[in-house]
This record gives sequence, structure tokens and C-alpha cells, in this order.
Amino acid sequence: MKLIISQGRILDPAVGRDEIADLYVADGVISAPFAPDRETRLIDAAGRLVTPGLIDMHTHLREPGFEYKETIASGTAAAARGGFTAVACMPNTRPVTDNRVTVEYINQQAAATGLVKVYPIGAITRGSLGKELAEMADMRAAGAVAFSDDGRPVADAGLMRRAMQYCGMLAGVLISHCEEQSLAGDGVMHEGAYATVLGLKGIPASAEEVMVARDIILAAETKCPLHLAHLSTAGSVALVREAKKRGVPVTAEATPHHFTLTDRAVGDYDTNAKVNPPLRGEADVQAIRDGLAEGVIDVIATDHAPHSFDEKNVEFDLAPFGLVGLETAVGLVWTELVHTGLLTPLQAVQKLSANPARILGVAGGALTVGASADITIIDPLLEETVDPAAFAGQSGNTPFAGRRLQGLPILTVVAGEIKYER
Amino acid sequence: MYKYKDLLEIRTLSAEEIGFLLDTAGPMKEIIKRQIKKVPTLRGKTVVTLFYENSTRTRGSFELAAKYMSADAINISGSSSSVAKGESLYDTGRTLQSLGADVIVLRHPMAGAPELLARSVQAAVINAGDGAHEHPTQALLDMFTVREKKGGLAGLRVAIVGDVLHSRVARSNIWGFTKMGAEVRVCGPATLLPAGVEETGALVFHQLDQALAGADVIMMLRIQKERQQQGLFPGLREYARLYGLNERRLALAAGDALVMHPGPMNRGVEITAAIADSNRAVIEEQVTNGVAVRMALLYLLSGGGAQA
Repeated sequence: MKLIISQGRILDPAVGRDEIADLYVADGVISAPFAPDRETRLIDAAGRLVTPGLIDMHTHLREPGFEYKETIASGTAAAARGGFTAVACMPNTRPVTDNRVTVEYINQQAAATGLVKVYPIGAITRGSLGKELAEMADMRAAGAVAFSDDGRPVADAGLMRRAMQYCGMLAGVLISHCEEQSLAGDGVMHEGAYATVLGLKGIPASAEEVMVARDIILAAETKCPLHLAHLSTAGSVALVREAKKRGVPVTAEATPHHFTLTDRAVGDYDTNAKVNPPLRGEADVQAIRDGLAEGVIDVIATDHAPHSFDEKNVEFDLAPFGLVGLETAVGLVWTELVHTGLLTPLQAVQKLSANPARILGVAGGALTVGASADITIIDPLLEETVDPAAFAGQSGNTPFAGRRLQGLPILTVVAGEIKYER
Repeated sequence: MYKYKDLLEIRTLSAEEIGFLLDTAGPMKEIIKRQIKKVPTLRGKTVVTLFYENSTRTRGSFELAAKYMSADAINISGSSSSVAKGESLYDTGRTLQSLGADVIVLRHPMAGAPELLARSVQAAVINAGDGAHEHPTQALLDMFTVREKKGGLAGLRVAIVGDVLHSRVARSNIWGFTKMGAEVRVCGPATLLPAGVEETGALVFHQLDQALAGADVIMMLRIQKERQQQGLFPGLREYARLYGLNERRLALAAGDALVMHPGPMNRGVEITAAIADSNRAVIEEQVTNGVAVRMALLYLLSGGGAQA
């Protein structure tokens, strides 16, 4: 199929391009201009934004092992509907993605059932148990783009240091979910006045910051590229800002829920607002927004974490952490960050495509001729009320149900093929 | 008027609503004092006490309250492990409703469980204590007791002492007494006071002598020895020295200060036996008033309120 996407506002962060133009697609790649023929589909993009395909570098696809929550098929359908042409999936599957065979299985399932590109992330330690290193080189050879014990952070600083030394040798990036267990304890929400009101155990900001500081120190020492997942506190943003000034090889991401919601969103024990790291205080949300605007935070990622209805329809303490984000991310970025003037559209697109591509070392994030035709078209004015029943993903655990969003993906193209069209 | 289906917390009630609940408990107390403690008001109504934690006084209090009003009352015991492993609270609630429960009284170790149950059933739900969230009927009986003794609540100085971090009784009482115009002081070691507690409107103290100065009501909370193993305080010896109520400290309070305790007490730790057994303590009256308050709630929530 050939496409001519006409008169859209082309946003190409790779070269800083922001102009009204036509974009040509042929043979799965971005092409030089050509004359339309019978096989060419013309897409009028006037008033729309034409961007490189968005890349979510923090997704939980749940397959293998938790197919009742999400599958590679349903998760990538959610991605396509959310404007993402690629996702990097976290290794907390069952079995844990800590070996070549599981990485290959994910690649095969993605090739067979996936709507968008899938980049597996391997575990740092065997079983993500934090005891022995996993076979990172073998997984890297099979296509793992990064390594993380997301959700079960490596508690042992010595082991984390060796993981960085080893990973650095592989030219890979370590993604750290920073949470010091002795401080987080069995907390279930942000430690603060609202946790006190609800009588729920708190997770202090220091639980994240202590490990952010530790991992920055280790990255500075080992020179291993370190990517910090889902920053949630003002203190973490300050630590990353300072580390970047010193030239430490560190990058960071923030999620739409952490730049939008505070701990008050837990409301009357809404388990859909139970997430790790927890929704923080007002000052933290502001610091995350500042960090995004300043460029201290490089990436917006979803931490899409599907759970079944029954798993969430329980006592708050018993509910699993996590919320789905793929299908609300673009709407939240535009509503909360772009329409408010915190980010230009080009900056937002950079954090959603070019920067994750660069950090993961994958293709994408560019609209240059010859690049894979991974394209997202966004209507910046289109409005919608979030309705989990309309999600393409399998689970509806979102705290954003009923929220009005403006700025939504309307077309998702992967390697020249339309995978979602509104 | 009390216009809600459930009683889940004090925090979201108004002073008028709290006053109404206390007023309704007054005549109930008279029933308990009669020779024949039985009225037919709730005949044909079914009250289920669903307790996922052990409790002597709260459970007995609700059960007697139901029986004094001629409701049918049954007890169902759960354990937190059966919640985690077995039937969900949602399913248990739906089952009890199908069995015909008009009121479900829930005690649960996890904060917010009554909220979940209340959302899941049409039956009225009374929170009989959920984790460290609230214990609204305890606060109501405490306010009832103080109001009876002092004639009112506005302007009183109420000191709540001890493990506020884990205490649902403390939270409900902070909301209740504050709304009724009293000054609430919380006092305990920094490790046993919850984050941001000052935002509830309570004044925060770490020195018991200061917290007690001029207090009209002293509410001592139970300290649990497990908290020592969790590293929250060094030990009972030091705790008793810093936060135990004794004769010398009681003298710092107002001359007619009331001493309260939600029970069960650790005599010799948070309160000396002499004070617990003195005429300053209203601990046993709290128990009696608890029945009256719970009768009032069962009456209002099982339809009596709508007819009144």
C-alpha cells in the first residue's frame, strides 16, 4: 500500500522539523514524493499532527503467563489505538523473561499476533529474584533491547553494580525501578496526609529517592547507561538534574498518571489508582512537570499494567499495583502538557518517540526518507471522554474513566500498514 | 436526620449529623437500663456481624444491641487469611444479602473494606473498625460518654495519647471531636504518629506533660507489643515512662478530666491500674454507652430513621 498524507503539520524531532507538508509512504518506508496511482491512499491531514510512530518504552504485555490480564495481541491492539507503533515490554511475565527462550517466544508471538512492534526487555537477575545475574548477553543476542527487574528492584547494591558493569559491556541500558524495600515496606499509597486519612500504609518519597541516588552513583562509576523508570517525586527529579549536569549517563521517564494525578485520586479506596510508584503529592506532580519541561525527564512512558476486574475489585491492600495507560497517554500528554503550554508539540513527540528510540537503541523516532514508515497522526483538537469499555486492551483498570481529554491519535501506521484508524 | 445508607466513617459527617446520632442514642440507653431490656422495634430485621478480626466488646455490643431491639442477629467469623485465599469480600457480601441481611456490621483488618462492601450490596453497612482507617461507632460512644459527663463537647480539650499511627479509634475521634468544636491533641512518639496528622486539625505533641496540660478528656490508646518488633519504639519500659498515664501526669489535666480507653487495656503500660480503677475513668461506661449508640444506628439504618 502507498500513502500520501497531505497537508499535515509534520513534527520530526530527529531533525527538529515542524512544518506543514505532505508525507509519502511506499514499500513500508517513508519515500520521496511520487504521483498517486490506483493503489495510493490519500489521507487528508490538514489540521492534524503527523509524527514519527510513538514508542512506549515501559509496557507490561503479560504474555507469557498472565494472558487473562493482557496478551501480546490485545496489548499491541491497545498500543495501536493509543497511537504507539512500538512498545518495549517488561520481563515480569511467567516465566520471567530472564532467558533467550522466553525472549524468542515473545518475538514469535509478536510476529504472529502483534499489531505493533514489540521490543522485549530482559530481566537483570534470574527470576528477577535479585540473587544471580541473568544471561543478559544471550538475551541481547536474541533481541532484548534493555534489562530491568521492574517491580522487583535489585536490592543488593553490589549485585546492581556488577549488573551495570556487565550490561555496559553489552552496550545495553539498564532500566531501574527505584524502590528501597526497607523504606517502602508494605505501603500501598503515597505516605502523606491523605494516606493518614484513609488509614492506608504509606510509601515515603525517600523509598524511591534513596535508590535513585544509589543507581546514579553506580552509573557514574561503571559508565553503564542507566534509565530510571517512572520518576514520581520532586527529590528524584532533583537528583537526576544534578547527575545530568555532572555528565552521568542517566536518562529518565515519567508516566502520564504521575504528571496528572495526586494521591487524592485514590479517593474512596479506588484500586485503579493503586500504582507503584504511588501517585504523589501536589509538589511532586509539579516537579515532574517541571522536569519534563526542562528536559531533565527525557521520556514519557505509560507503565501500562493491565489487571483483571476481579483482581482490582477487592480490598485496597489486596489489589495489585498498576493501571493501564496505552490508550490514554496521548490524550493526557496533550491535555495536561501541550495545551497547557508546558511542552511544544515537537517536544512532546520527542519524548514519545525519538528519545525512547535513542535510549533503547532501536530504529524509529524519525520521518526521514528511507526510515520505516512508522507514523502516528494526532488530532490535537479532538475530544473524548475516557471509557474503559471502548479500550482495545483487555483490561480497563484506569483511574481516568470519565475524564475529558483533548488531543487524540486518529491513525497509526506501522511499516507502512494502517493498524488503527479512528 | 441521617440520610445515608451506611455508616463508614466520621470524617464525612457533619456536626449536625453527629449530634443527631448522639441524640438518638439517648433514649436507647434508657432501654438498656430497664428490667426487661427488649423492645420490638426491629422485629423481622436481620443483622449480620461479619468479623474478620477478633473482638469481644464491639461484636458483643452490636449483637446485644440487635437483640435488645428484637432483630435477628447472626455472627460470621472470617479471618484475613480466608479473605486472601478464599471467597472475596464482594462475594461474601452478595451472599449475605441474598440470605436476607438488612444490616451488615463489618470488622476488617484492611482499611476501606467497608467502603467496598457498601458499594457491593444494597444492605446497610456499619463499619465496626477497618484497619487503621476508622471505628466510627467507637467515636460516637466516646462522644456520647463525654457529652453525658460534660454536658457538651464544644470547647473541650481532648488529648489522644499513644499509637495514633495504627489507631482507627484515634482517627474517628479526631474527626468527631474536632467537628463538634473540641480541641484535639494527639501525643505519641514520632514513629507512632502518622504522616501529616496535623492536617486533620489535631495539635501534635511528643511530650505527654504538655499534651495533658489543662486537658478535659484523656484518651489512652492501647500499645501493642508487636510494634516493638517492627522497630517502631524501643520497648514497653521506655514507652511507659514517656507515654504512660500516672497520678502525677493526671494532675496536670483539668481537675475533672475524664480518663478513657477504648480497651483492651495494658494495665501498667499506657495506664496505671490505680487510674484505670479510679472514679476518673469512665471506661466501663464507655462499654454500656456503646450498646446504646449501636442500637441507635441499627434503628436508623434498618429503616427506623425513614419512618421517624
